[in-house]
Amino acid sequence: MAALFYIFGALAILAALSVVLQRTPVYSALSLIVVLCSLAVVYLLLGAEFLAVIQVIVYAGAIMVLFVLVIMLLNAHREEPTDRSRVARILGAPLLAVFLGEVLYAVWQHFPPEQTPAAPAVNAGPRAIGELLFRNYVLPFEVTSILILVAVLGAVVLAKKQL
Amino acid sequence: MAMPSSESYSILLILAKIAVVLLVLMTTVAYAVWLERKVVARIQSRWGPYLVGPHGLLQPLADGLKIFFKEDFVPSEVDRVVFWLAPFLAFSLALLSIAVIPFGESITIAGKTIRFQITDLNVGLLFVIAVTSLGVYGVALAGWSSNSKYPLLGGLRSSAQMISYELSLGLGLMGVVMITGSLSLREIVEGQHSLWNVFKQPVGFLIYFTAAVAETNRVPFDLPEGESELVGGFHTEYSSFKFAMFFMAEYANIVTVSCLATLLFFGGWLGPVFGPPVLRSLLPVVWFCLKVFCFLFVYIWIRGTLPRFRYDQLMAFGWKFLLPVGLLNVVATSLVLALSSS
Repeated sequence: MAALFYIFGALAILAALSVVLQRTPVYSALSLIVVLCSLAVVYLLLGAEFLAVIQVIVYAGAIMVLFVLVIMLLNAHREEPTDRSRVARILGAPLLAVFLGEVLYAVWQHFPPEQTPAAPAVNAGPRAIGELLFRNYVLPFEVTSILILVAVLGAVVLAKKQL
Repeated sequence: MAMPSSESYSILLILAKIAVVLLVLMTTVAYAVWLERKVVARIQSRWGPYLVGPHGLLQPLADGLKIFFKEDFVPSEVDRVVFWLAPFLAFSLALLSIAVIPFGESITIAGKTIRFQITDLNVGLLFVIAVTSLGVYGVALAGWSSNSKYPLLGGLRSSAQMISYELSLGLGLMGVVMITGSLSLREIVEGQHSLWNVFKQPVGFLIYFTAAVAETNRVPFDLPEGESELVGGFHTEYSSFKFAMFFMAEYANIVTVSCLATLLFFGGWLGPVFGPPVLRSLLPVVWFCLKVFCFLFVYIWIRGTLPRFRYDQLMAFGWKFLLPVGLLNVVATSLVLALSSS
């Protein structure tokens, strides 16, 4: 199980790098799909089957399909290399280092390497998640869906100037 | 020589199961094509394949050999990596979902109980939906990577179509899940001992069946291929082996959705069993296969008799009719369940 975790963890990181480094938009999108599917496998290894499958359905199966669809509609092939802006050239690498260090520091603080946290025995079945979403967190959940609805309406209004 | 441990035994068993299931699936796919040609020929007052073997029974073999010996032509302007990836993706995803389909109860050989299923996932139904939702990539990427207008249009059409009908597909299945209270395919079948789900969820079944036809890109929803307007749709630029993979993927998907319809709405392997123990454990598999065969036949029947939709009709039907009806079905089912439980 640990071997599988390392394989898919490494795959997720490599694919995430590839998302940024690829020059063709479709390759980036495909790499992102690999990232999402690897994360689904990690969920599966933690015993959260429901979450893993939902991850694949929602992210890889729905959201990324729309990404790919848009890339196809734009018929974007290889991206033209542009001269990076001066701000990005000077500040890019240092900012990246600072941010990465921050994340690593936070992780290090929470989980010191001496005491590897055991995989928590969570109940992540459909029933447990449903009860959490619709009982404990029903207000944030509904507010989020209203927010998404507003975003959809906004997109429609922007796309169709005269309704 | 040391006795094989129980772990290596179980791994061997799983490998054997996978081999048998794949063999049966590929044979089914090959003969589904033969059946389709025969039935459509019958509908059109022709003979269909008749020359290779008795009643053309060896035709799938001949077709297979022919297509593998054809030249594998790759147009010069295609995106080579994705052009290769797309058919493999389509084919392997089509085979993947069969892993959680249960074909029957179980059989006991020499004290060992073997289940007729490769693996029993407690979210088996969602797994099939997840794999189906990934299936769109094969078609979409094939359309994009071909770098030619007809495949691109076919790929775009099919992505839009599959996204639209996936929602209705899921909503159609929701009623069954609510009645059973489980996402495990085995438990859903076990819950139909008294009455098949199709009688409790007739609307859900119709929604699922319609959406499944659209999801597998079959007539009357076969606009991604639409020969008369798109030449061949997303697979216009494909030939030989890669074309065969798309072809087999399409038929494997038809088998999968037929299996799912059988399991969810028609009691799966449930049916009258009698006789000695071996017959008792094998008869359910026979019932299951018979039911799946009926669905395959209906699929072909529909193909032989219905004309193709226009694209705007297809979209309007999906979003303005199937989806609202699916939502209403879910609301009605939950109302009935809530009222009957209180």
